[in-house]
Amino acid sequence: MRDQILTFIEKNSRINLKELAVMLGSDEVTVANEISEMEQEQVICGYHTMIDWDKTGAEKVTALIEVRVTPQRGQGFDSIAERIYNYPEVKSVYLISGGYDLMVILEGKTLREVSSFVSDKLSTLDTVLSTATHFILKKYKDHGTIFAKKNKDERMLVTP
Amino acid sequence: MRNPIADKVMGIQPSGIRKFFDLASEMEDVVSLGVGEPDFDTPWHIRDEGIYSLEKGRTFYTSNAGLKELRVEICNYLKRRCGVTYDPNRETLVTVGGSEAIDLAMRVMLNPGDEVLIPQPSFVSYLPCAVLAGGVPKVIELKNENQFRLTKEELLGAITDKTKLLVLPFPNNPTGAVMRREDLEAIAEVIIEKDIFVLSDEIYAELTYDTDHVSIASLPGMRERTVTMNGFSKAYAMTGWRLGYACAPSEIIAQMTKVHQFAIMSAPTTSQYAAVEALRNGDGDVQEMRMAYNGRRRFLMHAFQEMGLPCFEPFGAFYVFPCIKEFGMTSEEFAEKLLAEERVAVVPGSAFGDCGEGYLRISYAYSLEDLKVALGRLEKFVKRLKGNK
Repeated sequence: MRDQILTFIEKNSRINLKELAVMLGSDEVTVANEISEMEQEQVICGYHTMIDWDKTGAEKVTALIEVRVTPQRGQGFDSIAERIYNYPEVKSVYLISGGYDLMVILEGKTLREVSSFVSDKLSTLDTVLSTATHFILKKYKDHGTIFAKKNKDERMLVTP
Repeated sequence: MRNPIADKVMGIQPSGIRKFFDLASEMEDVVSLGVGEPDFDTPWHIRDEGIYSLEKGRTFYTSNAGLKELRVEICNYLKRRCGVTYDPNRETLVTVGGSEAIDLAMRVMLNPGDEVLIPQPSFVSYLPCAVLAGGVPKVIELKNENQFRLTKEELLGAITDKTKLLVLPFPNNPTGAVMRREDLEAIAEVIIEKDIFVLSDEIYAELTYDTDHVSIASLPGMRERTVTMNGFSKAYAMTGWRLGYACAPSEIIAQMTKVHQFAIMSAPTTSQYAAVEALRNGDGDVQEMRMAYNGRRRFLMHAFQEMGLPCFEPFGAFYVFPCIKEFGMTSEEFAEKLLAEERVAVVPGSAFGDCGEGYLRISYAYSLEDLKVALGRLEKFVKRLKGNK
């Protein structure tokens, strides 16, 4: 039940509760309870909106920043990650295997804003050894959603 | 001048679906519930294998029976999913869609005058294929009160001395009916006793929603008298790739391969490479699609209930088959009126046999958003009809 609810709402969090219950062969109360339990347990951590900002007038710059850090005794990477993710302009922070340690996704209004965050705030942290900043030029797909125009249904209208 | 066309062909009626296609194609803003193919694109990893095969220059014929590695995968699959073991070398043939397998099986099994039992409502090809193969089609009319399953009594009542072959079209297009194990066991007894053969069309086998599909060939004594046919169109959303297969005892497959060799040569090579990938790594895709279909199926059943349109609950394929007898119109009249007034295309049940009269085939191979639009229009139409009564 939970898995099925999550599969449906992962793609459409605004799905009508009654419709969801019908599709799962369940009733509204059961589904609603299940969802609110998952919210409390933070299985469901939030409901967001996918926006293609390129189609709006808003000025936005997104950067992926590779960060190499020195892990701290007793705390590993967690406390340094926390120092970074607490900045509101930081959208995501992942601990990564491979050539560097943390992947930081940062959103700012201008290039200058992003670069000053990196040089003033990020690089100056004691444990940060190095950073490499990559600016995003174009978003093709995000969270499983393709931003290109949807194809029209090309099937014949009626087939056996 | 003499008539260039053979009498046998002249006698075959064109499919009733064609007419609806022509009508609907001329109109604008038509929303359709009339398709018989998945709305999903073929999963990318499968398409990618097809593209890769082209890049590698795999553009030649394959062996007549199909790529060896594909036949091996087909047999692995049937063993894994249906519990039937076939020999990839002697008991498996890759065909151009399931449709070719239907045609071939009839052509190699029927002598002139042999009777073919065709339960209806069912797919439109069985009857003409039987006629073209020189057989005599005999229709068994399935009933709503049996949830459109074939019963032992119905089968017994239709068998004569001339009966050679039974077509078993489950999960069913257009009704969505499935045959459970106990239903199959009941008819298997009759089939063995009366010494007839079965052409089991299992193209919708992956799309069942309560219990897993049961292949009749997996029942004791049935493997040797069954041609199991299936394909990639419905399970993997690969209709345009035109790829199916048949598995049967070697004496039948050898003859089917012979006819296939002269008529077709070999199934499309690109599609065969893509199909290998589908069978090896496609289970997750099928499961995902099945879950989406099941949600829509429940959604439609619920909508019909609210509309007051009687409909038995189908557990297979991607169709529902509501009854419209209360409106005093033929299903063709209903469908035409619905198309004209609300621009919703559905297929009249009568297109799948006379006993489909009084029903509509409604497909849920559409996104939920599309279904909602179409159902909204259908509801308006039904309300209007009910108000006029």
